[in-house]
Amino acid sequence: MAIVFQRPHALKETQMHYCPGCTHGIIHRMVAEVIDELGIEGTTIGVSPVGCAYNNYLYFNCDMVQAPHGRAPAVATGIKRVHPDNTVFTYQGDGDLAAIGTAEIVHAANRGEKITTIFINNAIYGMTSGQMAPTTLIGQVTTTSPFGRKPEIEGYPVNVCEMLATLKGAAFVERVSTHDIKNLNKTKRAIKKAFQVQMAGLGFSIVEVLSTCPTNWGMDPVKSLKWVEEKMIPQYPLGNFRGKDLEV
Amino acid sequence: MGEKILMKGNEVIAEAALRAGCRHYFGYPITPQTEVAHYFAKKMPEYGGTFIQAESEIAAMNMVYGAASAGARVMTSSSSPGISLKQEAISYAACAELPAVIVNIVRAGPGLGGILASQCDYFQSTKGGGHGDYRMVVLAPSSVQELYELVVDAFNIADRYRTLCMIMGDGMLGQMMEGVEFSDQEEIFKADKGWAVTGTGMTRENNMITSIYIDPEILEKHNLKLQAKYREITENETRVETYNCDGADIIVAAYGTVARIIKNVIKTAEKEGIKVGLIRPITLWPFPTATFEKYAEVPKAFLSVEMSAGQMVEDVRLSLNGKSPVHFLGRMGGMIPTQKEILEKIREILK
Repeated sequence: MAIVFQRPHALKETQMHYCPGCTHGIIHRMVAEVIDELGIEGTTIGVSPVGCAYNNYLYFNCDMVQAPHGRAPAVATGIKRVHPDNTVFTYQGDGDLAAIGTAEIVHAANRGEKITTIFINNAIYGMTSGQMAPTTLIGQVTTTSPFGRKPEIEGYPVNVCEMLATLKGAAFVERVSTHDIKNLNKTKRAIKKAFQVQMAGLGFSIVEVLSTCPTNWGMDPVKSLKWVEEKMIPQYPLGNFRGKDLEV
Repeated sequence: MGEKILMKGNEVIAEAALRAGCRHYFGYPITPQTEVAHYFAKKMPEYGGTFIQAESEIAAMNMVYGAASAGARVMTSSSSPGISLKQEAISYAACAELPAVIVNIVRAGPGLGGILASQCDYFQSTKGGGHGDYRMVVLAPSSVQELYELVVDAFNIADRYRTLCMIMGDGMLGQMMEGVEFSDQEEIFKADKGWAVTGTGMTRENNMITSIYIDPEILEKHNLKLQAKYREITENETRVETYNCDGADIIVAAYGTVARIIKNVIKTAEKEGIKVGLIRPITLWPFPTATFEKYAEVPKAFLSVEMSAGQMVEDVRLSLNGKSPVHFLGRMGGMIPTQKEILEKIREILK
């Protein structure tokens, strides 16, 4: 009997710790599928963030390094400069990448570091229990914006892709979403292309993935997917911001 | 040994690192250590290595974290305010047992302070500037020649024990030009870095570098392992110079450039019939406690002379454990203690 569906080799059998309905697991799986399809598990080195995905170094089968909060792009830079022929990726959330690690991501992109960043944007801090993120929407209630995010007090949501796309070193910048099957397929294609851009030595690549946090949003998983579609996408338009026509 | 050449301390640091096989340097400009970066920027391409001027000291130390994880001999350098910024990644690297060399050419603090020589970072370096129960080896050279030798040693110690190793100098040492004689062939400790992330090649289980252990029992076990390593380092790597201590009337404790001033004081005091001894810790951590114990009963008193408000003096007191009186003389803010004031202090103590 032919096997039609199985766990990607690049993903361990370790049970993940994510909450029900969270899309981290699906994104992990897609990263692992891409690693399998490109045949690069043996040469890939991943960098884990601080945040909900802090211990995804336990989930991937490739070599992994767990980085200090926000510093994954700097850690990945160090790794990549030692092993320029390996594929190096970081996996970071919105607090890690767009708050404490803003300098590191901007400058890694600007140097054109040949690394790939998978950036999970779910508009909230998950692991520390639902605080406001730089990507929290205007009016969104969080534990540290209990009356809704007010621009006059907390400023505006940060659009990371648009910002990084202004940098020449950023070869491939794309925002995708996890709210339905069609978009999941697009997500996988974007992740694959981001890795291929790195392997071709073209520069920095990042895929921003709009993701859910049912637990801290206080919604069931289905409503959460709807919320991504209806509330997040208007603030974070999907699409390619750089490198659409790159041949890889 | 080759011929003696005249070189600036900061440049010798970079040259020594290259000779020790360091091919990856990440730093951020700050006075008075920036010439380290200048030298690497110029030389690294010849060696096929990496020089990156990072966006911050934080990023530089995290690049070190990455390169050390990847198994490379790697270094960063900075001066006091910059070293403060590196503390986060220093603590993480200590927990993840990453070998790396950090150079601190200390300037006067606190705050942005001043750019002149100081020893005000003794506490930060030896007691853990970052969070958690960790230690790192701290080497304190007192001449440009010794600076060269200790930088090479630092890489070997780092690799041998999978530890961070700090070179702690000051603005004087970094900026000073002195004769230095390089060895024709450095002794390089070849470590088995089977733990490093290099890609599994699909031939082994994956390697994981981490500093997080959520399970308290496992974290305590990891801490005990670190402590055992620190004891081993203390046993094997404690270094100290003693000078003129037998039969001394007073023993001065001083390290780095200050110890050189003391050597001049010893000569002047001799003319007055005062015998001054010197204990010069070369490793500030591990501290040469046993040497102080050994000489505890010899002089009438000990005197710690530092360019600080009194930091190492605490370790001198702890080492002597009440067996002898301990005095202190310190200058701050980039001021250097003069031979005259040290000698006056000695006379006053012995009166």
